[in-house]
Amino acid sequence: MFLQLLISGLSFGSLYALIALAMVIIYKTSEVPNFSQGEMAMISTFVAYTLLGASGQSFTISFIGALIFAAILGVFLEFVFLRRAKDPNILSLILITLGFEMILYGFAGWKWGADQRDLPFPVSDFDIINLGPAVLSYLNIATLLITLILMFILFVFFKYSKVGIAMKATQQNAMAARINGIRTNRILSITWALSSLIGAVAGILLAPIATLDPNLMLDPLLKGFASAVLGGMTSLVGAALGGYILGIIENLFGGYVSIEFKSVVAFMIIVLVLCFKPSGLFARHYVRRV
Amino acid sequence: MPFLEVKNIETLYGLIYALRGVSLTVEKGTITAILGNNGAGKSTILKTAMGLIEDQPDKGTIEFMGKRIDGMHPELIVRMGISYVPEGREVFEELSVRENLLMGAYIRRERAPIKKDLDQIYGYFPVLKEREDQWAGTLSGGEQQMLAIGRALMNRPKLLFLDEPSLGLSPILVKEIFDIIRTVNEGGVTILLVEQNAWMALKIAHFGLILENGRFVMKGKSEELMEDKDVQEFYMGVRLEESAKGYRRWKRKKRWR
Ligand SMILES: Nc1ncnc2c1ncn2[C@@H]1O[C@H](COP(=O)(O)OP(=O)(O)O)[C@@H](O)[C@H]1O
Ligand SMILES: [Mg+2]
Repeated sequence: MFLQLLISGLSFGSLYALIALAMVIIYKTSEVPNFSQGEMAMISTFVAYTLLGASGQSFTISFIGALIFAAILGVFLEFVFLRRAKDPNILSLILITLGFEMILYGFAGWKWGADQRDLPFPVSDFDIINLGPAVLSYLNIATLLITLILMFILFVFFKYSKVGIAMKATQQNAMAARINGIRTNRILSITWALSSLIGAVAGILLAPIATLDPNLMLDPLLKGFASAVLGGMTSLVGAALGGYILGIIENLFGGYVSIEFKSVVAFMIIVLVLCFKPSGLFARHYVRRV
Repeated sequence: MPFLEVKNIETLYGLIYALRGVSLTVEKGTITAILGNNGAGKSTILKTAMGLIEDQPDKGTIEFMGKRIDGMHPELIVRMGISYVPEGREVFEELSVRENLLMGAYIRRERAPIKKDLDQIYGYFPVLKEREDQWAGTLSGGEQQMLAIGRALMNRPKLLFLDEPSLGLSPILVKEIFDIIRTVNEGGVTILLVEQNAWMALKIAHFGLILENGRFVMKGKSEELMEDKDVQEFYMGVRLEESAKGYRRWKRKKRWR
C-alpha cells in the first residue's frame, strides 16, 4: 500500500510541480503570483480537446496547437493587462490576475458548458504494469516522464541558453539588463509564454485522470501554489521538489489518515510554511554582504 | 564634430530639477572627468544620456557621433556603442561571474571574438578568472566593480560611462582600477568618468568639469584644474595655510558664481 501511495503521489506531484514551476517563473519576473495560471491551463486544455474532437486533428497536432495557444494567451495577458498597470503594486497586480481568472472561467463555461468531457489521451490509465505489490499505469509513466523531460529542458534552457540567462538577469536586475541591451519587455513576453505553456502541459496531463470541465484546475492550482510556497516561491528546483513532496504527503495522508481531508493538506502546508519558514524549504539565497 | 555632445539639458525628478542646463562635449579618444560633491547631479547626467530616466531630458539635446540619442531607450543606445558602469555596480548577483560577462556581450553574435574579449577581461582582472563560477553577489565590493567594468567592456564600446568606480574601495584597489581605465582608454575607448575622488580622476583624465547643484561651474584641462586653488581646496582636500579661513572660503566660493 505504501509503495502504491508513493507512486500515485509522485504522479500527482509531477502535475503540482509543473504548475508550481509555471507560477514561479512568472513570480520571479513579474513579482506576482498568477492566480489565472490554472484557468489559462484549463482553456488551453479545452483548445486541445476542440482540435481533437471538432477538427479531428491527430493528438500530436492538437497537443502542439494547444501549447502554441497557451503561449499566445500568456503573452496576451501580460501585454494587454499587466503591462498597462501604472505604478503597479502587488495588490493591484494580484487583482488583475484574479480578474483574468474570472474572465477565462466565465468564457469556458459559456463556450464549453459545465458538461464533463473526456479528453481522449493516447496513453491509457487502465493499461498497467505490476511493480511488486503496486501497479503503475501507462498514464502514470507518461506523466512522470513528460514532466522530467520538460524539467530537463527547462534546466538546460536556464543554464545554457542566452535567452534563459537573460531571463534570469532581467529577474535579478532589470535596469542592469537594459543597459546590456536586453530588451526586457520581450523577455517578459517570453516568460509569460513559457509559463503558460508549462501550465498547459499540466492541464493536458491532468484531464484524462480528472474530467475536463471548467473546474479542471481549481484544486490543482491551489496545490501547485502550495508547492511553490513550499519551495520558496523563487526557486525553480524548490518548486519542483515542493510539488513532489506535496503530492506524496497528500497521498499518504489520504491513504493512512483521512481521505475526506486529503485536500486540506495543501492548505495546512501553506500555513505551516508561512509560520515556520516563510522563505520556503529550498530558497537558495546567499547572504548579502553589507 | 565632437564624439559626444550634450547641449543644455535639463532633467527633472518629478518637479525637482536635478540638472539645470548642462552642456559638455567629449572628444574622441579622451578621458573626460565630471567632478562634484554628493548630490551635485553627476549620476543624473549619465543616467539621462543613457536613456534611463523616463521622459527626460526635459529640454536640450544629446548627440553621439552626430546622431541624436536623447529620448532613446537604453537597449538601443547600447547598440550604438555606449556602455555604462552604473553607480553601485549593479551586477547580476545570482549569475556567475562568467555569465555576467557574457551578458555584457548580449548584443553580439560571433562567438570567437567574444571568447577573446573574455580572456582579455580576465587578463585585466585575474581575480575574476579565479571566481569565474561563483555568484557575483558573493564577490567583494572591489571585485564587483571590476566585474561591472568588465561587463561593460564586453560590449566593445566606443564610449564608456563610468560612475564613481572608486566608491568604497581601498586606495590600492582604486589605483589598480584606475590603471585599467587608463589602459582601456589607450586601447581606443573614449571615457566619460564621474568621480568624487577628484585627485585620482584628474590624474588620468585629459579634461575635467566641475558640477555643483546641477550646473557646471568650471571646465578645463586636467592640469589646469589641478593647479587651481579652489579645486584644490574644495575638491582635493588640500588645506590652505590661511588664518582667516572662513572669510577666504566664502570669497573663493563666490568667485565662480
Ligand atoms: N530617483 C530620484 N528621485 C528623486 N530625486 C533624485 C533621484 N535620484 C537623484 N535625485 C536627486 O537628484 C540630485 C542629483 O543626484 P545625483 O545625480 O545622484 O547626484 P550625484 O551623482 O552627483 O551624487 C540629488 O539632489 C538627488 O537627491
Ligand atoms: Mg552619483
